[in-house]
Amino acid sequence: MFPAIRIREVTKRYGALQALAGIDLDIAQGEFFGLLGPNGAGKTTLISALAGLVRVDGGSLAVMGHDVRQDYRAARRALGVVPQELVYDPFFTVHETLRFQSGYHGLRRNDAWIDEILAALGLADKADAYLRDLSGGMKRRVLVAQALVHKPPVIVLDEPTAGVDVELRLSLWAFVRRLNAEGHTIVLTTHYLEEAENLCGRVAMLKAGRIVALDTTANLLRRFSLHRLRLRLAGGGSLPDALRDRARQEDGYWVLPYQDHGELEGLLAALREAGCGIAEFEVGQADLEGAFLSLMQEGAA
Amino acid sequence: MSGLGTLLYKEVLRFWKVSFQTIAAPVLTSLLYLLIFSHVLEAHVRVYENVGYVAFLVPGLVIMAVLQNAFANSSSSLIQSKVTGSLVFVLLTPITYGEFWLAYVLAAVLRGLAVGVAMLLATLPWGMPQMAEPGWILAFAALGGAVFGTLGVIAGIWADKYDQLAAFQNFLVLPLTFLSGVFYSIHSLPPFWQVLSHWNPVFYMIDGFRHGFFGISDVSPWLGIAVTGATFVALALLTLAMLRSGYKLRS
Repeated sequence: MFPAIRIREVTKRYGALQALAGIDLDIAQGEFFGLLGPNGAGKTTLISALAGLVRVDGGSLAVMGHDVRQDYRAARRALGVVPQELVYDPFFTVHETLRFQSGYHGLRRNDAWIDEILAALGLADKADAYLRDLSGGMKRRVLVAQALVHKPPVIVLDEPTAGVDVELRLSLWAFVRRLNAEGHTIVLTTHYLEEAENLCGRVAMLKAGRIVALDTTANLLRRFSLHRLRLRLAGGGSLPDALRDRARQEDGYWVLPYQDHGELEGLLAALREAGCGIAEFEVGQADLEGAFLSLMQEGAA
Repeated sequence: MSGLGTLLYKEVLRFWKVSFQTIAAPVLTSLLYLLIFSHVLEAHVRVYENVGYVAFLVPGLVIMAVLQNAFANSSSSLIQSKVTGSLVFVLLTPITYGEFWLAYVLAAVLRGLAVGVAMLLATLPWGMPQMAEPGWILAFAALGGAVFGTLGVIAGIWADKYDQLAAFQNFLVLPLTFLSGVFYSIHSLPPFWQVLSHWNPVFYMIDGFRHGFFGISDVSPWLGIAVTGATFVALALLTLAMLRSGYKLRS
C-alpha cells in the first residue's frame, strides 16, 4: 500500500533563506501525524508544497501516490487543507461557500455531506450567514468545512487552533479524531505541543528546513528527559545559577527536567545549599514541550 | 457542476449581488457623458451623413462601457481575492489553469454585456437605435469584452495592491478606450493621430461595433474582427503562459 504522503529530498529556497533543506518523509495511510517546529522552521512551506501553492526547487511530493506536479488534479482531489490564515470571501454565505468548494472539485450533488459537516462543526444555524458577519472562531470552522467538502482521504490542518477558544478546540479535535477513526489520514501542525501529545501517534520536528526528529510520540518522550520537577520557590525567589541553566519557567513555576530519580536528591541538596525555600513541589512525567525544547537547544549548541 | 461551471457561476454571482455598483453605476456614468456631449456637440458635429451626433455617440459609449466593465470585473475580482487570501480556495482544487482563465473571461464578458444592454435600454429616451447588422454588434461586444476580460486577468494577477491596479486602469485602459473614436471619427483627426489610431486595437472594436448599428465604418468590419481576434489570441496566450508558470499565484 502506498503512503498517504511521500516526500523525497524536497528543497526550497527563498533568496538567501533555505526554507526546506532536503526533507524526506513518508506518512502512512490512517496516521495521525504531527509536524512541529518553531516559526520559520518550514512547516507551512512544506504544507504549501504538498498543496501545490509552492513549487519546490528539487525533490518530489506525492499525495496518495499522485505526484503534486505531474498528477496535480488527482493529488488535489486527495488532499484537504485548512490554511493557517483566517481567509474568507466576504461576499458569500456559508452554504454558498461550501457549494462552490464542492463544485470546484467537480461534485454535483453534495448537499447531504455539506449538511453533515455543518452539523458536526456546529455551523448548521449559520448556513445562511455571510462570512463577513461571522466571528473568528466561526470563520475558522468554515475553513475546516471547506477542506472537507470533497471527502479527501488526507487532511492537513495548519495550526487550526491558533486563537481559537477552548470549546471550539475540543469540538474540533473530537471531529478530527472521528475522521481519523473513519480512515482519514490527518497531518497537523501546531504550536500547542500538548495537542500533538494528545492526538498524534507520530511526530516530526522541523528546524531550519530539516527534520531533526522523527519518531512515535511515545518514543520521543522517552528519548528525552523522562521526568520533571516542577516547583515554586518561597517568596517568588530564583534558582541558583547552576540549576537555572537547565530549567525553564512556566506560569510562575520552575520546571527542571531530569533522567533518573537518583538525581532528585542532588537537585534538592543544591536548593537547600542556596537557601531556597520551596513553596510548592511536584514530580511528573516529561511532556513533548520538554523534548521539543531540548531538541531545539541541542541543535543550537 | 464542473469546476469551470462553478467558478463561472461564482464570478457572475459576485458581480450580480452588487449590481447597483457593477451595472447601474457604470450606466449612469455613460449617461452623463451622453447628456454632456450631446448637449455641447449635437449642433456642431456630424460624422456620417444621415446620422446625428447622439445616434453616433450612443454605440461608442456602449462599447466603451462593455470593454471597461469587462476589464473591471476580472481584475477587481482577482485582486480582491488575492488581497483577502480567498483565492487559495480555487488554487487548492483540481481546476486547471485553462479553466481558471476561461471562467474569469466568460464572467467578464457577461458583465460587459449586461452593462451594454442596460446602457442601450437607458438611451431609449433619445430614440430607438438603428441596428443595421446586429451580428457585428454581438461579435464585437463579445470578442472585445473577452480581450478586456483577459487584460483584466493579467492586471489582476500582476498587481499586488489596489493602487497598482488603478495605475493599470488609469494609464492603459482609460487612454486606450478614450482615444479610439468613441466621441469622434478618426477621419476628423490630424494625419499623425489617424496613423496612431490604426495601431490601437480598441479603435477596431469601436469602429466594428458601430458598423453593426449604421452599416458604415472607418475600416471594414472584417479587418476589425481580424485585429480584435488576433489581439485576443495574443493576450490569451500570454495569460495562459503566466498562469501555467504560476506567476505570482504559486511561488
